[in-house]
Order: sequence, then structure tokens, then C-alpha cells
Amino acid sequence: MLAFVVRRLFYGFFVVLGVLFLLFILFFAVASPDDIARRALGEKALPQALEVWKVNHGYDKPLWPWQARDNLLADHFRSMLSFDFGRSDADDVPIARRLRQGAGVSLSLTVPIFVLGLGLAVLLSLFVAFFRETYIDTSGVFLCVLAMSVSILLYIVGAQYLVAKLLRWFPISGYDPDLRVVARFLAMPVLVGVLSGVGGDVRFYRTVFVEETSRDYVRTARSKGAGELRVMIFHVLRNGMIPILTRVVLAIPFLFMGALLLESFFGIPGLGSMTVDAINNNDFATLRVMVFIGSLLFVLGQVITDVSYSLVDPRVRLE
Amino acid sequence: MLPPYLWSNLAVLLLFGAGVALGVYLRRNRLWREALSSLVRRRPLAIAALCLYVLVGLLDSVAWVGGPAAGADTVAAHEARSVIDRVFAGTPESSYSAPLATVSFYGAQPLESPRGHLLGTDILGRDVLYRTLKGARVALLIGGLTSLISIPLALLFGVGAGYFGGRLDDAVFFLISTLASMPSLLLLIALIMVMGRSTLSVCVALGITSWIGFARLARAETLKLRELDYVQAARALGVRDRRIVLRHILPNLAHLVVITLVLMFSGLVLSEVILAWLGIGVDGSWGQMIDQARDEFSRDPIIWWNISAAGGALFGLLLAVNFIGDALRDILDPRTLREDA
Amino acid sequence: MSTLLEARGLVTSYPGAAGRVRVVDGVSLSLEAGRVLALVGESGCGKSQTAFTLLRLVAKPGRIEAGSVRLEGRELIHLSVPQMRSVRGSGIAMIFQEPMTSLNPVLRVGAQVVEAIRLHERVGAASARQRTLELFGRVGIPDPSGRFDAYPHQLSGGLKQRVMIAMALSTHPKVLIADEPTTSLDVTIQAQILQLLRDLQRESETAILLITHDLGVVNELADRVAVMYGGRIVEEGPRVAVLGRPSHPYTQGLLRSMPGRVRPGQRLEEIPGVVPPPAEWPPGCRFATRCPRVRVSCAAEMPPEVALDADHRTFCFAVAEEGGG
Repeated sequence: MLAFVVRRLFYGFFVVLGVLFLLFILFFAVASPDDIARRALGEKALPQALEVWKVNHGYDKPLWPWQARDNLLADHFRSMLSFDFGRSDADDVPIARRLRQGAGVSLSLTVPIFVLGLGLAVLLSLFVAFFRETYIDTSGVFLCVLAMSVSILLYIVGAQYLVAKLLRWFPISGYDPDLRVVARFLAMPVLVGVLSGVGGDVRFYRTVFVEETSRDYVRTARSKGAGELRVMIFHVLRNGMIPILTRVVLAIPFLFMGALLLESFFGIPGLGSMTVDAINNNDFATLRVMVFIGSLLFVLGQVITDVSYSLVDPRVRLE
Repeated sequence: MLPPYLWSNLAVLLLFGAGVALGVYLRRNRLWREALSSLVRRRPLAIAALCLYVLVGLLDSVAWVGGPAAGADTVAAHEARSVIDRVFAGTPESSYSAPLATVSFYGAQPLESPRGHLLGTDILGRDVLYRTLKGARVALLIGGLTSLISIPLALLFGVGAGYFGGRLDDAVFFLISTLASMPSLLLLIALIMVMGRSTLSVCVALGITSWIGFARLARAETLKLRELDYVQAARALGVRDRRIVLRHILPNLAHLVVITLVLMFSGLVLSEVILAWLGIGVDGSWGQMIDQARDEFSRDPIIWWNISAAGGALFGLLLAVNFIGDALRDILDPRTLREDA
Repeated sequence: MSTLLEARGLVTSYPGAAGRVRVVDGVSLSLEAGRVLALVGESGCGKSQTAFTLLRLVAKPGRIEAGSVRLEGRELIHLSVPQMRSVRGSGIAMIFQEPMTSLNPVLRVGAQVVEAIRLHERVGAASARQRTLELFGRVGIPDPSGRFDAYPHQLSGGLKQRVMIAMALSTHPKVLIADEPTTSLDVTIQAQILQLLRDLQRESETAILLITHDLGVVNELADRVAVMYGGRIVEEGPRVAVLGRPSHPYTQGLLRSMPGRVRPGQRLEEIPGVVPPPAEWPPGCRFATRCPRVRVSCAAEMPPEVALDADHRTFCFAVAEEGGG
């Protein structure tokens, strides 16, 4: 098992290198440092100001290794791989500090969404699968497709209008880390996050569970005298969780990234809204870091998924 | 360089033609005929709704210059205007007005065409129904054109890697892993910032970020198909690889292609909505309407017709597509196919 | 020799392209304590469906339309679901063809047998485990306590099937239905499993319904044989009579086509044609389309029952007119 993990991490490292290279091409080769400086300082900035800005941000070097030893490509790789992220292009704040501040906030939003969403989806889909082929099943699936067809933006706008404006249960947006009130600010984004995903999830999980009910081992269980309820919970659930869990575990690392839209709309100062701000401000430095982090987490997620597969399914042995 | 409006109209008409051609081609195969008739039986409403959207999109794609000009606007006289443009030609209002109102929303000034706006007007006085109908073409373009780009790309890489294996497979798998590990939204934004904001570059960017999932699926299926007895027999007989891929592998992926096409459609349209909200969407899309209408909700009294029209049209299209895709998935399930045949 | 199970006129149907199709059409059979009844026929003739009907395990969209099943005099068809559940496993138990897929892959095999026990009796976990270990020993599983915690994929096909048998017998059923228990096993293992079934039956007086398409297995194990074709029983009687002096044209064709009867170099005999799909079954005798002794009335009318002996019967117009052989 250990050898497997090491091997996969090794492969993942190369993937990260590939990502860094792609990133470099996208951000530097296509948009030159001059363009970036101009965007930060304004179109009418003087050439001297541009130069000073570029020196401050370390952009005043040639791009490629064959042009000079001290070049942007090497800088890029070195700084990313050593986690020395430098400063934001937009407001000069050290990126690493922002990361630390934002990570906890994002987690406080995405972890509840993940846990509640998973629990709710599994319960609902088991329920619907238990009543398969009845009107409960058909209307359940209908509702799922309905829920899946609504854009998350509409969920957000709708929730803000309905709950915040009409019912006034929760604030429209904002965030206060004080433990006594933080739940009030997180309630709505968590609700929207769970609801917008539950449709697609239940649809998928239901299919998995219903498929399992037609398997031979379920027939054996019934022939032993097991009732439908026991069959669902004791047999079908265990087997159905294998494909479900592996799909779900893949998403865990991204919990750190925060839900970009939810954070942005509900004013939650996590990594997600940090990314959105970077986009709006053309802050390439921050964007580069966010993509890098994202790909690191993805590689991690892949490895965790494979390991969890072997833990959950006794037939799988990792060599 | 073709004027922008012309090529996108051509693209829509081409897509429509491709769809019709596909339909004719599939009808020759008995299994597909049964599948399609089963689909029509199960989801008549969804198919009718989809046809309606396609019709509106087509109407907006047939454009020509000339005819009775809108006012004395010389620019308008030389613009190509579509059927929908002509139906809604008329002086725009000055600003907001409620659906079927006789006076403007702010200031209660009399309107140019009282009770003439079924869904009201937006901040620039444009008829909301008109803009909603025009959005249909954009949505179809986003979903259709992008799928047209991404699915062949995915097949090329996925089937190639799966069938030929070896170094090619390693290289493609590495490429897929690299692209897949970049958060797709960020990659999308980066591509658009780099390529520009035209409809074409948005479609290309969407295509680049969405081919990966299907490529992975195509590769996995090809690996399975390659081990089938009749494929091995063909290779042992010396049949050329290209022929094997065309005659044995690709047709067996056809049902996956159809399902992915339909399901990818809604994902793409939803992605564009998010892009629009970030300011980099396609001009005239429903996403853009929703984005522009966002702060209307916080006004008092609220202006609801803009976002409702765009959101409703979006919901309707996606609902139809999702229902069709859902039913297709059940129908084309290989297990069901086996039993029917 | 008491009759433990009596099934009369079982009809089970599934939806087809043109209305419902009766995959089990008026099947009657009886099982006696300590005896093996072999249900023989080609794939698709309805043998397994008959077994499912007995246990009321017919999966939707199938439906049991008619018939009666009496276990020691008690009618099962009209039982409520909870009542039927208590019959399954302890009254009638079943073992299946594919032990790999018939055992839950994520549960240990010992736990699956314990589940069977605890579904019907109030026993503690320790005592259930003890019984399971004894059963494993009885069915010939080496190192029972080691195997108790094994997962199905860690066991060979023969061992898995022994686990299935242990599971089925754990609740002391009156009737055991064995649906092609050896079809997916190696020939050498086949012999062992058959021997095991024979020994177990001798010990416990269980009635066994053995479903198979392998006439060799029938010869090894069966006391009585029932031959099925197209959802109906076409011939039924003692093994020696049915295999030695078959009367129904289908049975005759089956026996003629056995390879062992032919000398090297000779053409193998076969029954011409193929089994027609359910949609094309004629209202009368379903073998009419391939029968060498077919008459005008065969396809249109149901063939009559012909008693060839006290306990040997067949359903055939030709036999009714001309006699067997």
C-alpha cells in the first residue's frame, strides 16, 4: 500500500509540474509582464512607473531559460514549489497570509455543505430506491431533474430574496467569525449549497442503489427471508456506497477552495471570494497560486480516492 | 473576414443541419429507430419544448439586410436583422416598464407602445420578451457548438489512447491528468482572458475545458472494447487498425456519445451563466440578462420581470434537455438494448 | 415417504412485446421427504422461474398469476409478506448457480451464514457463530474458523458453493431448491458437491428440487425427473423410467442427442430447429414446431395428460394415440 501511495504521489508531482508549465504559458507568454503592469497601474501609466512596478513584483526579467539564467520561468517554478507565493498584483498583500486567513473560513462553509449534502442525498436516494417503480420514485426523480435544471445563481438570488428579504430570517450576506453568530451568516449559503447539489446527487445515487437491488446477492438475501428494509440498509447500502464514496472522496480536497460563487454572493471572506476578486482585478499572481493549489489538492484527492477504494471494497488490493 | 453576425448564424444553421443529418443516419439502424421512438413516447412534452426552442433559435439565425427600416436609423438599415429582430422592430422605450404596462416604471411617463411589452422592458427600454427569444439562439450555440468541438476532440484522444496504448496512452493520460487537475472554472477564465471575449473564444474555451471528462470515459470504454473477442479476432485476421476503430469501436461508443452530448449541453449552458456573471459571458445570453438584472432584485419595489424571463427560459430549456437526457440514458442502457434486441 | 411440497397449476407471466407471456404455464410438481426431484430442460424453459415462483421471489415486472403451493399442507401463495419471509430460508431454502455473485461481496461469509440463522431464530451471536463453524465442517470446508472471516472473493468456486449450501441448511429447511448448483464449477468439484448434497440429504430427510440442464447430473442424483419445455412439464416420472424409456418426443430427442451414445465419426443427433421465443409460442403444445411426431391438433390444442404408469406421466397427443416409445 505504501509503495502504491508513493508511486502515485510521484506521478502526481509530475502532473503538478505539467500544470505549472501550462500555467506559465497561459499567464506569461500570452499576456506579457508589460500588459499585467499596465492593467494594474492603468492604461495611461508612464513607462518608468511600469518598470518600477515590474521590478517590485519580480516581472522585470526575460521569460525563458535560454534568454538568461535569471528568468521568469525558473522564478515561477521555484517560487511555486517552495510555496513562496509573493505578493498580490492588485494590492501587494502577501498571498500566503491571505491563504492562511481564508482557508479556515472556506472550510467552515464547505465542510457543512459536504457533510449535510452527502447525508441528505444518501437518505433521500435510499428512500426513493426503496419505493422504486412507485409514484414516490417517479415523482422523486422528477423533482431531482427539476432541481438539477436550475442554475445555482438562481438558487442564490431566490434564497436571498425569499429568506432574507421576505422572511428576514437570516442576513442577506456578510460574515462574523464570532462563534455565537457565525451560524446565522453561514445558514443560507450552506442551505443553498446543499439544495443546489442534492438534485443531481440523488439522481445518481438512486441509480446506483436501484442497480444493486437487481443483483444476485440481493436475491439470495431475500431467499433467506430478509425483508426489504433489511436488504436496503444492510446489503444494498454497503455495496452502493462503493461507487458513491469514490466519487465523493474526490471532492474532499476541493473543500479548501471554497465555493466561489457562494462566498462571493454571501460575502464570506474565504479562498473562493479571494479567487473571484483576483479575477475581477486581473490579479494574475493570486490566480496562479490558486490554480497551483487547486491542482495540488486534485492530485491529493486522486490518491485518497484510490486508497479509500481499497478500504471500502474488500475485493480491491493495491499493488 | 466574415462579419461576426454572419458566421454565428451560419454556425447555428450548420448545427441544425448536422442534427438533422444525424437523425436521418440513425434512423437507418433498427436499434436507434426503436430507441428514438421510445424516447418520443416517453417524453413528448420535453421534445416539443426543445423543438420550440430550436425553432426560435433558427428564426433568429435567418437574417438579411434591407426591408422596412426601424425608424430612420441608417445603421439599422445596413444591419442584417433576423426574423425575430423584424417582428420586434419598433422604437424602444426609455427605461424600465412592467409587463403589459401603459406607463414607465419610474416616473409613470406614457410608453411608446402601451401594453405592447408582454414581459416588460429592461433598463435600456428594450423589450424583455425580445431579448429572451434572442437568448435561445445563443444558448443553442453555446451548447451545440461547444459539444461539436469537445466531443470529437475527446474521441480522438480517448479512443486513440485506449486503442493504441503504450507511449501514446501515457502521454494522453498525462495530458488529461494535468488539465483535469486544474480547477476548470479557473482554467476557463484564464483561457478567455487570454483569447478574448468573442462568442467563438468562449465556445473554444468551454470546449477545451469540457473534453476531458468524456475523453477519460472514451478511453476506459475503448480499453474494454479492445479486449472483446470479435475485436481480437479482427486483429488476428489482420484487419487494419483504422478499420477496426471505425467499424467496431466507434459504433459501440455511439450511445455514450449521444448521452454525453445531451447531458453536457446543460452543463455548458450553466457554465456560461456563471461566466456571464463574472463579466465574460457571451453577448445576448440569458446569463448576461441574469447578471445585468441582479441588483434589480434589491430595489424597492423590485423589478422582477427581467430575471424571471431569463431564468424561466433557461430553466425551461435545461429541464427539457435534462428530461430527454435522462430518458435517453435509461433507453440506451446496454442492458435494456440487449433485452429489446 | 411423505409429500412435503405440493405445487399445482403454477402460472407466472412477464410482460412481452404483445401482451403478457407465461414463462411458467400450469406447472404442477410434488416433492417428497428424502427424495430428489430433478427439473430438467434447456435454458429459457422456465425452470428457474418455477423455483422463484415456489418461493414467491418473482421479480417485477413478473407476476404469479395462478396456482397453489402447499408446504406440509400450508398454502403459501396467499400468505402475507412477513409470513412468507419466515417461510423463506426455514421452510424452503435455495442455493443458486453463480456463487460468486450470489454472495454479498463486501460481507464476510461467516456473517452471511449467521444472518440466515438469526433471521429465523433468536440466538446469540456466539451461538450462531458456533453453529456456522459446525456447518462449515459438515459441508467440508477446511479450517472453518479461518474461513469464517473470509470474503467471498478469497474463496474458490467450490468453497463458495459449500458456503451457500451451509447457509441454506443452517435453518433446517424442509425443502432445498438447488438451481444449477454445479454448472459454474469444474467437473471434479462438481462431483464433490453432488456427493455432498447426497450425503446431506441422507442425514436430514430434506426434499430437494434439483434444477439442471445436465442429464449426467440427473443420472447421479435424481430419484424422479420432470422434463420442462416452453414453461410446461412435458414428462414426469421415476428416473429410470424417464431416462430409460422416455415417451415424450422432446425427452426422446434430448436423450438421443447425448454424445456418449454415438460412435466416433458418426454425426451427432440433434433436435432440429431452435427454441422459439415466448412471443411465438403456439397455443397448444409448445414443442409442436420441432416435433417429429407432430399431429394436426398439436399446435392448436393443449395436449392431454397420459398416464404411462402409476407414477410416470406425459402430455402428448402422439403418445395418447400411439403409446410411448
